[in-house]
Amino acid sequence: MIRSRPTLRRLVVTTTATGLLALAGCSAPTVPEEPAGRRTFVVATAGESDTLNPVLNYGVDGASLIFDGLVARDAGNRLVPGLAAELPTVSADGRTVTATLRDGVLFHDGGALTATDVAFTYQAVLDPKVDSTLRSDLDMVESVTAPDPATVVFRLRYPYAPFLQRLTLGVVPAKLLDGQDINKAEFNRKPIGTGPYRVESWTPGDRLVLTANERYFGGRPANDRVVVAFVEDDNVRAQRMRAGEFDAAELPPKLATGFAPDDTYRVEQVATADYRGVMLPMGNPVLADVAIRRALNLAVDRAAMVAGILGGTGDPAFGPVPPTSEFAEPSIVGKPTADVTAAAALLDAAGWTPGPDGVRAKNGRPARFTLMYPASDTLRKDLALAVTADAKKVGIEVKPEGLTWDAIDPRMKSDALLMGYGTPYDPDFVSYKLFHSRFAGQGYFNPGSYRSQVVDQALQAGRDQADPARRKAAYATFQKQLAADVPWLFLTYLRHSYVLKSSVQGVSPRVEAHEHGVANSLWWNIDTWTRS
Amino acid sequence: MTTRTAPARRRTGRLAGAAAVVRRRLLVAVPVLVATSVGMFALGAASPVDPAKQYAGAAAFTTSEENLAQIRANWGVDDPLPVQYLRWVGNLLRGDLGWSTSRHEPVTSVLAARAGWTLLLIGVTLAVVLLASLLLGALAAYRRGGLFDRALRAAAYAVESMPVFWIGLAAIAVFALALGWFPAGGLTDVTATGTSWPDVAHHLILPVAVLAVSQAPWFLLFVRDAVAESLRDDHVLAARARGLPGRTVLFGHALRTALLPFLTLVGTHLPELVGGAVLVETVFSLPGLGAVTVEAALGSDFPLLAAITLVTTAVVLAANLAADLAYAAADPRVRLDG
Repeated sequence: MIRSRPTLRRLVVTTTATGLLALAGCSAPTVPEEPAGRRTFVVATAGESDTLNPVLNYGVDGASLIFDGLVARDAGNRLVPGLAAELPTVSADGRTVTATLRDGVLFHDGGALTATDVAFTYQAVLDPKVDSTLRSDLDMVESVTAPDPATVVFRLRYPYAPFLQRLTLGVVPAKLLDGQDINKAEFNRKPIGTGPYRVESWTPGDRLVLTANERYFGGRPANDRVVVAFVEDDNVRAQRMRAGEFDAAELPPKLATGFAPDDTYRVEQVATADYRGVMLPMGNPVLADVAIRRALNLAVDRAAMVAGILGGTGDPAFGPVPPTSEFAEPSIVGKPTADVTAAAALLDAAGWTPGPDGVRAKNGRPARFTLMYPASDTLRKDLALAVTADAKKVGIEVKPEGLTWDAIDPRMKSDALLMGYGTPYDPDFVSYKLFHSRFAGQGYFNPGSYRSQVVDQALQAGRDQADPARRKAAYATFQKQLAADVPWLFLTYLRHSYVLKSSVQGVSPRVEAHEHGVANSLWWNIDTWTRS
Repeated sequence: MTTRTAPARRRTGRLAGAAAVVRRRLLVAVPVLVATSVGMFALGAASPVDPAKQYAGAAAFTTSEENLAQIRANWGVDDPLPVQYLRWVGNLLRGDLGWSTSRHEPVTSVLAARAGWTLLLIGVTLAVVLLASLLLGALAAYRRGGLFDRALRAAAYAVESMPVFWIGLAAIAVFALALGWFPAGGLTDVTATGTSWPDVAHHLILPVAVLAVSQAPWFLLFVRDAVAESLRDDHVLAARARGLPGRTVLFGHALRTALLPFLTLVGTHLPELVGGAVLVETVFSLPGLGAVTVEAALGSDFPLLAAITLVTTAVVLAANLAADLAYAAADPRVRLDG
């Protein structure tokens, strides 16, 4: 016993010393200062794509860094020529669209871009054997042909005014994919495009490494490499941003604002077209009464939702066309705060009288409905609870219910639902399917079966007519009718927040869609970024 | 306790019959794996999630029913479950694990790219945990009630009550942000041009340490109690009485007796280690199997789930077999050929 003591002590001492040595060895900086590091940008996002093939939905709205579409979008989301020498022309009947390709564009492997590649790309999307959800957006395309190596002709089933907006889709090289099963092609992981960067490596779940395309037709990028780190968890992304690993990272508003006081960082709150609102189904006996819907529209306090739930990083929403769009109708904008008096007066006039329990009733039917929200989405849950509290103040009882989508789907015809949609590009894109009576009750398209002849005609006119002024008038009619009928209770537009190192130069935020990952994020123009 | 004689015979005889045991276990493993995969498919069938909608992501809300139906038809996920299962087994026998609908690549490449990192994380952690818990547990037991023992037990109980996720974030805050000793996450330096082992090792120290610390208390307390118990055993007291050095008594006699139940328990504790690894992978953004497993489960990705389940089951079966063989090696009374 006594003899053992020194041995034991020695053991402990040795173990501790070894441990400390190991720690010290690891703490020594092993990464040498690399001068080229100044020419590398590292960005972090949670939004990793499943594939890097535009045919399978990678970067379909352009700015995919690896690919180019026939057209691209500038900082104001206006269309500019991409692979096309100038914006494609539309025939008088609106059914033939012709694009002439830019000269001398090369793919990353050195192959020349021809019209066959463009036609192949669109034909692949339209092929039912290809697992592309983009097909739903291109159902107006009857055929795509390449009459000569520099010309692409789209033949449409019906005139579709915003068709050029659909030409941002990245073009893939036909010879690398022709005759292959596109769903399973090697290309999806190691793509070859025409864009400002080519893919050096992609480790799914970890990072995507891009290198500058020396022969990019738009000019060689101002930097050499871009690394996109995929970090799923928000807190982890914030910590690694704090550790200095990233030049830019997408972060939830509450985590992003934590960086604001620090001079080494800059926070960007980018406006989006991504709205959240409550779909009010006509199949619900209480919500079928327009007085209830209008009263709810007056009763919700959008300013409080933006300030409280979104931490100030949002804007009140009054309709499906974002205020940043040239098609936005200013007259539909209401008060951002709640107007309880007006809501109560409206309900009184419509015969909804307060009962003993504070809930209004009409002909014995209490003003009560269920509001569903996807349980995993905390933002929608918070908004649903806010709507519930606001409605209670005017005597309407809302029962919020968090469910999974499969439980929500069969109930959308009769129960209200917190949904989100929106696109910054053209009002036709989402709204046509969401509010046209033709799509009433079809899955997530118009699930509340809203029917209005005025809206149907306006949406159709916006799609049929090429004249911008007439389109604008049609969408003004549409927005006004929607504001009168209130089939949706629009609540807020979100903002995407990003944290950047202050030294990053050349950042130019533009209005974003819901989807933002590798493509179409704050780094849409990263090929022009430099460091001060 | 009987005294052992003929030490030379003991060495060769201990693992005699091991081959028969392995054969027998493999025969049992086949029905277990079949039952596991059938159960997995049945669970998947009960899942109400539409894999096509899951695949479409946010685009599901703007995709027409017709378009989604085409995708489902391409995958054959609307076929009756027995048809899907038989197709899967047929492909499996030909060495094809199928196509992962959630990851968009062959299941074999998902596993090839990711399983290695998860196994590395788990393997290194297990080694660290076993070594550390045996050493520290034995020392604590030796000076039972002493300062070291009390401190170790207090620390173990404290750590046991902390979620792995929290320990991970705290470790990042201290060692990566405040001290700057280790990277906060990832497998390699974000700007690295390749995957070099020193870089990976540097990145794995913190995750391994966090996983080890979070898993250690259970093992540590077990070793401590078992060794404390066996220090009172007759043969240990006899060894002390004979005047053998303390180290020999502790590690040669007491710890050896305590090791036996411990070996079996390591095998049964393995699934918990795997669960912890999933969380650690998330916190340190490591491209292991953790994140894809969750994604596969949410997206009803049968082929990937089945493969991961099979691999996990096989690993657990192998671990149990290894534990039993180790048991036989450690305890002369256990005979494999008996």
